[in-house]
Amino acid sequence: MKGATTHRYGMVIDLDKCTGCGACMIACMAENNVPFRDDESDKLLSLTWMRIFRLNNGKPFPEADVCYLPRPCMHCEGDHGHSPCVSVCPATATDYSRETGIVSQIYTRCFGCRYCMGACPYKARLFNWWDPVWPDGMEKFLNPDVSPRVRGVVEKCSFCYNRYQLAKNKAFLEGRRELEENEYQTSCTQACPAGAIVFGDLNNPHHQVHQLVDPDMAHGGRPRNPNAFRILERLGTNPKVYYLSSREWVRRSGDNTIEGEGKLKSH
Amino acid sequence: MDRALIPDGVQRDPLWKFILKLGPVVAVLIWGVVAMFLCWIKGLNQTNMNNYYGFALWIWADLAVIALGGGAFFTGFLRYLVGKDDLKYIINFAVLVGFICYSSALLILAIDIGQPLRGWFIFWHANVHSMLTEVAFCLSAYFGVLTIEYIPLVLENRQLDRVPFFHHLSHNMHGIMAVFAATGAFLSFFHQGSLGGVAGVLFGRPFAFREHVFIWPWTFFLFTWSAAAYGPSFTIMLLKITEKITNKRLVKDNVVQLLAKISGWMILTYIIAKIIDTWYWAAVTAPSKGFTLIDFYSNNAFYGLWILFLEIVVGGVIPAIILVSDKGRKNAKLLFLAVVLGVIGVSVNRWVMVLQVMAVPIMPFDQWALYLPSWQEVATTILPVAYGVILIALSHRYLPVWPQERELNPIDAPSAPEAAVAEDIDEAAEAAPDGDLAPAQA
Repeated sequence: MKGATTHRYGMVIDLDKCTGCGACMIACMAENNVPFRDDESDKLLSLTWMRIFRLNNGKPFPEADVCYLPRPCMHCEGDHGHSPCVSVCPATATDYSRETGIVSQIYTRCFGCRYCMGACPYKARLFNWWDPVWPDGMEKFLNPDVSPRVRGVVEKCSFCYNRYQLAKNKAFLEGRRELEENEYQTSCTQACPAGAIVFGDLNNPHHQVHQLVDPDMAHGGRPRNPNAFRILERLGTNPKVYYLSSREWVRRSGDNTIEGEGKLKSH
Repeated sequence: MDRALIPDGVQRDPLWKFILKLGPVVAVLIWGVVAMFLCWIKGLNQTNMNNYYGFALWIWADLAVIALGGGAFFTGFLRYLVGKDDLKYIINFAVLVGFICYSSALLILAIDIGQPLRGWFIFWHANVHSMLTEVAFCLSAYFGVLTIEYIPLVLENRQLDRVPFFHHLSHNMHGIMAVFAATGAFLSFFHQGSLGGVAGVLFGRPFAFREHVFIWPWTFFLFTWSAAAYGPSFTIMLLKITEKITNKRLVKDNVVQLLAKISGWMILTYIIAKIIDTWYWAAVTAPSKGFTLIDFYSNNAFYGLWILFLEIVVGGVIPAIILVSDKGRKNAKLLFLAVVLGVIGVSVNRWVMVLQVMAVPIMPFDQWALYLPSWQEVATTILPVAYGVILIALSHRYLPVWPQERELNPIDAPSAPEAAVAEDIDEAAEAAPDGDLAPAQA
């Protein structure tokens, strides 16, 4: 886990732009062959690599305010180079890439102990409680670049890693080693109608994600942009998903604070 | 019918009565086995676990039985390495209980994983940084040690012991048992400690996370220490239940008193260390992550401060006070109350370190997640209990588990030939309840 990450792919989500439409969730499911069941009413059993939370400021009309917060996997690096989930997996079925900063999940190696789910504070890891069953004919429309998962293994957002591999292949054939910013974009980024999601290399000052949050790499990637924040910053997970909001109560909703620190009740 | 298999000089129920008594237990066992196969065939959708509750009843049961089974390694440690010779009269039973606990833990783990056929990946693709890896290796190895410790007892069955090879094998295994006791203690220190680390290293879960010295060595030793402390209490509790069911004394009071005293002092020292750990966590660690103590015990329908009180005071301080006091230990009712409270205390500790960890919301906009286990989870959790009862019953009937039983329960059975023992033992006992017996074997 030691050594600098060459690239640090990350995401910036502007919560002032997000309308909670759910297009990112749908695009994610279609891109990554995420299965679904006839009855999805129990959301704690649903496979939602991207899940949208609804936050409110707890105030009555006319001061009531709502915010929709999309939550993919945060692809944590950890303050000391240890993602919460990677170090706990007993079978090395999840890995932190020093090349991309992406936390991977090796479905064929996962044996379903679910320790990583217990370790993830964002609840971004999901278990296949059932074998995937596709509606008749739908299997013909699955993404051939992403392997469907069997019952009994954990899965999660991969930052559409299959797209990274395709882009790398293309670059290799063209004699390039580096990718352009627009060559590798996640499906949720492209599907967002409000343009609320931006994706790129946080290490690259020419990428929009870097410019939006201005990460302070000397301090665990903390954003210098005063409107930017990360969820549960205090835990030291060092996530690579940043959020933007001009509303203070939204920014404060990203972390736990005790009484003297001015905690906001957001739900 | 099976009298030839029953140890010499002891009284056992007729076979029909024995089978009849075990009937309900076997029914429970079958219920558990059905649930187990449902989970294996249909998958973990048979449970009420969900994406917020990846760890649930089974993992608690695992941690609990491993803690309670700690009586085996610690009694062995005291008997063979510290030299508490009197414990030889209870070591067989402690080993039997440990064997049941650890085999149950492995069985539950085999049900709990989503891809049971890939279970060996934990050894093949081992991640040396993971607490679970260490637990899996040490737990499996220690189960091997417990098997080795249990085998000589099986070989001492009256009929097996007649086979010269088995006789010499068990004799020689007894001769080197100190080596296995030391190995068991060594392995237990690792896996018990690592089980503490399983929750303690989760820096994304402020309810479980411990930092600096409070993760290593503190939390690791808290788990090892608690298993060593409460395990013997569990052994005593099961001994008392067995004595009640069989309606006979099986171990002398001085042996029980010794083990209870050691257990009491262990619990007392453990609970002091646990209180220090809880204080530092509540006063320093949790606030540094944005949580107050009460955040973990409010705004939900189940978890309140009562569970902390139950674990530390009712299940820790009270049994410790009873067991370290001479009067408390010598009062049969207080002794039993203390060991039962101790068993509850350590079980609650494992519960909160598994289930409450999962239940507490971490993201400020998230909710508490409570769950009720499905019947399949309950049945598979009770399954090891039924299995344990059956194994204890079989061992009690056919193996010389209790070296002091003949001395404590003298019967005037015909002393010689095996054939004579084949007479109805019940009748023999009724005819001459005060007969002399040869001293118990060590």
